[in-house]
Amino acid sequence: MLGIIASLIDGVLVGLVYGLAAMGLTLIWGVMDVINLTHGAMIVGGMFALYLLVSALGVPPYWCLPPVLIGGFLVGAALYWVAVHRMIGRPPLMSLLSTFAVNLVLIGIGTGVWGTALFNVAVSLPGVSIGRYTFPGAHILAAVLAAVIAAALYLFLHHTRLGKALRAVANNREAAELVGIPTTRLLAIAVGCGVSLAGVSGMLIGTLFPFTVLSGDGYQLKSFIVTVLGGFGNPVGALLGGVALGLLEGAVTPFVPVSWTLVIEFVLFVLVLIAFPGGIFASRRGAL
Amino acid sequence: MKRLCIIAAAATLFAAPALAQDNNQGNNNADTITIGMTESQTGALNVDSVAQQRGAEMWRDEVNAAGGIKVSGKSYQVKFVTYDDQSVGGRVQQLYTRLIIQDKAQFLFSPYSSGLSAPAAVISEQYGKIMLVGGGAEGKPFELGNKYLFQVITSADHYLSGAVEALTAKNPHAKIAMVYSDDPFSKTVLAAAKAQAQKAGLEVVMDESYAPSTTDFGPIVNKIISSNADAFLGGGHYPDGATLARQMYDQKANLKWVSILVAPGDEKFGTLGPGALGITVPSQWEIQVSYKPQFGPTTAEFAKAFQAKYNALADYHSASGYSSGAILQHAIEQAGSIDPDQVAAALNAMDVTTFFGEVKFATDPAHHGLQIAHQMVLAQWQMTDGKLGRQVVWPTAAQSADLIYPIPPATH
Repeated sequence: MLGIIASLIDGVLVGLVYGLAAMGLTLIWGVMDVINLTHGAMIVGGMFALYLLVSALGVPPYWCLPPVLIGGFLVGAALYWVAVHRMIGRPPLMSLLSTFAVNLVLIGIGTGVWGTALFNVAVSLPGVSIGRYTFPGAHILAAVLAAVIAAALYLFLHHTRLGKALRAVANNREAAELVGIPTTRLLAIAVGCGVSLAGVSGMLIGTLFPFTVLSGDGYQLKSFIVTVLGGFGNPVGALLGGVALGLLEGAVTPFVPVSWTLVIEFVLFVLVLIAFPGGIFASRRGAL
Repeated sequence: MKRLCIIAAAATLFAAPALAQDNNQGNNNADTITIGMTESQTGALNVDSVAQQRGAEMWRDEVNAAGGIKVSGKSYQVKFVTYDDQSVGGRVQQLYTRLIIQDKAQFLFSPYSSGLSAPAAVISEQYGKIMLVGGGAEGKPFELGNKYLFQVITSADHYLSGAVEALTAKNPHAKIAMVYSDDPFSKTVLAAAKAQAQKAGLEVVMDESYAPSTTDFGPIVNKIISSNADAFLGGGHYPDGATLARQMYDQKANLKWVSILVAPGDEKFGTLGPGALGITVPSQWEIQVSYKPQFGPTTAEFAKAFQAKYNALADYHSASGYSSGAILQHAIEQAGSIDPDQVAAALNAMDVTTFFGEVKFATDPAHHGLQIAHQMVLAQWQMTDGKLGRQVVWPTAAQSADLIYPIPPATH
């Protein structure tokens, strides 16, 4: 019994980080209907930023958060001008292809520089033990940080002028332009925020697990599942979707052979798509 | 400007194939032996595949520097033709067909991993080309009646035999959790290990496979703890094995024995720090083994030359890559010919020892080409003089350090 509870708690902790990763994906989709296929590469970018800052400059792991947040934003804004700006308003396949191309370039450069060798950032934080089960301190802190960043994003979107402007652009871009909102700049800011969230989630994942240049694929896939669960274009829903996915993994594993976990996940994914085509926690389209 | 771009694009289109041809076209002249292979320069298998390739290239360079392979008074220079298989099975068959038909490869080396070697073997056999398998341990391709396929490394059935023997010696009542990647290699290894463990009287309390894409092993580690296991055998390839090791340490699974496939065989595994301590890995070869080679370099010579050439420690992948070359060379020289049937006959008759260990191939039709003489060792991550590294701990005759059992509990 204790083992099942431990798995559920573990699921929630990791689920919050999955949710944070998915928020980056869903924010960009919500504002401009672009599926950012560089998402996995940006998560890996966060991991390697953590590794380089810790190993080369000796920065303590959690102090890497501000530079990754800012760096991610700048990279995201650059990504907007390189791969997204000219695709806005075109069929979704165009932006899908352009971001996929950038993804391949980034992964190719990463493989060229680091190969697919393993990297590990040692984080030593005291954990919490219940009986024989231990919740590592890094997992707890990552979950707390993910929740705090998600709350900050919510406050940003709902209680700042810039956030409100972003929501206005998401809601109706033409109307937003008519009232004087510089929509192009805001789209770049949205991609910047989305990539920044992906980078930070990658940084947090880097404190939990060893990683390679190719680790992003798995998390990108999870982000899609979480996004569908949480509702496309709904960042808060994405966080809840992440927790739901983590809980599901935690709840299923003790009872069935672990090889079935993925099957059950995707069966539920399809069922959710049938029952709630917009996601369980879907908000009104474009409302963010 | 636009016109310039079009001209540049057109020029690239025409120039690229010409350049590729120059690099890769099988320009076989009478004094060259062309060996074809694919390498996973990109994709998930990149680390081990590159190591294997480096070993093979080192052999090629040494042979060519020494005047080439000598066949009946004539010397042949060795030429490699290599393509990137991207760690994808679907690419392998196209590329091996190209290697044989277009590049006129006379001999082949297998790609890295069982998953890529099996499809390559279909092509090599179809065209009657000898292929040495230096990175595929799965035994299945050798049960299909292939005549030109030869396995240099110990087959998957025996991968964990040493671990089971050593564990039995330390704890005859061990309770084992087996958790492994859902791929052909890992499943074959663990199925054989389970039978060996049960035969030895050990109890297998958990036997499950996970999807290779698994990112978080937290719930799985909790399940291992719930199973009351005190020993662990499993893993798969690279990131999964390392993540498992780290999470078992972080979650204080406190197992007395942990054997993980492949991942701990790489130097980078040491970056797990205390999480790596005590973990054992079945290894085809380690830098500490000291077989007396009948030809080719000794272990020390190979390790030193490899370090000098690549500024990296030699591992079993690089050693198996080199050995594939050395064994092929020996067979060609013994056959006195480069005719595939005569070289295959020499390989069938081969029973030799190199720095990599003994080599002998099964000749019965049911297992033709399967490696039957090479022995694996068990290496363990230990702290020596304040430095974390692998030591050979089993078999006792080959050990460079005593086996640590039980693994010290996590102290963080």
